[in-house]
Amino acid sequence: MSAATSAPEPQRVTYREACKLAIRAAILADPRVVLMGEDVARYGGCYAVTKGLAAELGEDRIRDTPLSEAGFVGAGIGAALAGLRPIVEIMTVNFSLLALDQIVNSAAAIPHMSGGQFAVPLVIRMATGAGRQLAAQHSHSLEGWYAHIPGLKILAPATVEDARHMLQPAIDDPNPVLLFEHVMLYGEEGTLDPAVTGVDIVSARIRRPGSDVTLVTYGGSLFKTLEAAESLRQEGIEAEVIDLRVLRPLDMTTILGSVARTHRAVIVDEGWRSGSLSAEIAARIGEASFYDLDAPIRRVCSREVPIPYAAHLEQAALPQAPDIAATARALVKGG
Amino acid sequence: MNGKLHLDHAHVRMLLRAMLRIRRFEETCFELYQREKIRGFMHLYDGEEAVSVGVIATLAAEDAIVATYREHGQALARGIDMKALMAELYGKQQGVCRGRGGSMHIFDRTHRFYGGNAIVGGGLPLAVGIAMADKALGRNAVTACFFGEGAVDEGSFHESMNLASLWRLPVLFVCENNRYAMGMALDRAEAETDIARKAAGYRVGSEAVDGMDVVAVEIAARRAVAAVRESGAPRLLECHTYRFRAHSMFDAQLYRSKQEIETWREKDPIRRLHSWLAGNGLLHADELARIEADVAAEVAGAVAFAEAGEWEPVAELERFTLMDQVPQ
Repeated sequence: MSAATSAPEPQRVTYREACKLAIRAAILADPRVVLMGEDVARYGGCYAVTKGLAAELGEDRIRDTPLSEAGFVGAGIGAALAGLRPIVEIMTVNFSLLALDQIVNSAAAIPHMSGGQFAVPLVIRMATGAGRQLAAQHSHSLEGWYAHIPGLKILAPATVEDARHMLQPAIDDPNPVLLFEHVMLYGEEGTLDPAVTGVDIVSARIRRPGSDVTLVTYGGSLFKTLEAAESLRQEGIEAEVIDLRVLRPLDMTTILGSVARTHRAVIVDEGWRSGSLSAEIAARIGEASFYDLDAPIRRVCSREVPIPYAAHLEQAALPQAPDIAATARALVKGG
Repeated sequence: MNGKLHLDHAHVRMLLRAMLRIRRFEETCFELYQREKIRGFMHLYDGEEAVSVGVIATLAAEDAIVATYREHGQALARGIDMKALMAELYGKQQGVCRGRGGSMHIFDRTHRFYGGNAIVGGGLPLAVGIAMADKALGRNAVTACFFGEGAVDEGSFHESMNLASLWRLPVLFVCENNRYAMGMALDRAEAETDIARKAAGYRVGSEAVDGMDVVAVEIAARRAVAAVRESGAPRLLECHTYRFRAHSMFDAQLYRSKQEIETWREKDPIRRLHSWLAGNGLLHADELARIEADVAAEVAGAVAFAEAGEWEPVAELERFTLMDQVPQ
């Protein structure tokens, strides 16, 4: 058999399958890794990410919890303090507010508060974002809130490659890592390159190079932003698209390097704009790259409403590719 | 007091000494606070010594402790170095948490002491997780989780009792019922004031004990810890106790009468043990004075150590916000 035929083929998978592959591999690799959350075992996961895993790996490793977010997130923190490497799944970021005390007052604070005696090597996965008509208690994008908190690392895999490979370094990290999976990505297909066996959880990635304007985004907005960049290309505008991947700590080197080349920046974030991650990025660009800019920094964010149920209202509340393209176009034409 | 426990001379001396160490330490903390050597919020443990001393006397080195913001007593009873504890209250680099935690957040990895927690009820889910890890990793350890009766108002109490029972985890829940959550009396906060009885709702075995009687606490705790260790399932021990001082250093105590405080002071666990020991010939006449002298010297040494300590360089401010590795 030749080398060429024995090399593994690129694999088409959904984002959901990539998440599942990542969890399965992590649990098989280390007896200290357990996953727990609501309906992760017998139900198979609210978004079917863990379907079948409990049967294969056992209900000690894929553990159903009661509807008890403060309890089981806190238990995950305690288990991490005492030697396990837990993955806690929270159905949706809105529900994580029931565990906010444990995440902010315990997980993020204990390493520093204890003078470095304890680490919290915990991963919390949760679904985020809108688009499924789930209205205001299942649709928000609060990852930017969490990115406010020192002591946490915040990840937002957008591609199947990141969904497949960001989990293991998150588990290996000695700090509490929150991993946000956008609900509209679970069904998206992509290709897993077998040559890629790992990714970092440090850097942003340029997903599309361009010279006229930098579009900074992450998570569920990445594909809308790439779509906007494609439509801009047809008008002769080359947009560079940055996928943040890591929301805290921010990889400002990649962002500022891009802005130094394009001299224009648009930040696209499904979070609200007031007091937000997009505001933070805009401020940092302003602080560091003011003289590189040929135009004001612009933002495309969700409208400032609780996300509504009706499809047309929900879609109107979210950043859309035409809005992104129009904002970037105005910036380039105006500059 | 009864004799189910083997009350040999060395053991009762240890109990007396352990309580006196806490009492004298707290008295010194009070003075140091007035001299502004210790700042922030500080919650003293005078009156409640029998609870931490009685329970922790039954724990082994591999067992874990989760405590509250009123945890100087647990820290000392567990054997955390008094010097490093005092230096922490001073905010010094030589403090057990290098000055980052202060009075309400004492941690000590070498003693499996998982804090100090200044969020009421915040420690209970952590205790569940610690016990979960110990069980999964095959350690035969019990996690003793201390909390006040005010924590029973919080959802985390109910969630944690349920999880520990549902998953059969080796947690000893120790409720230090000192009757007031700051100024909120238990019967003004809870429809059912019998906390031990609440445990039944989670199928957790429980017992209430006179928390002003260190021997009674130890007997009950020894029984409870043995049951937890043997069955792997949680238990709850409710200790009826009282804090002699104000809630914190900013409390005019408008919610309780001087007479009530005096009534409880008559139940002082230290005086009670001492007079019982003396009456039963278990303590030599000059022994108390010797213990007092030893404790006074230890406290003075801790103060001197804290005074001589250095401030953490400001350049180190952000250290430990993100860890480079998991400490082993």
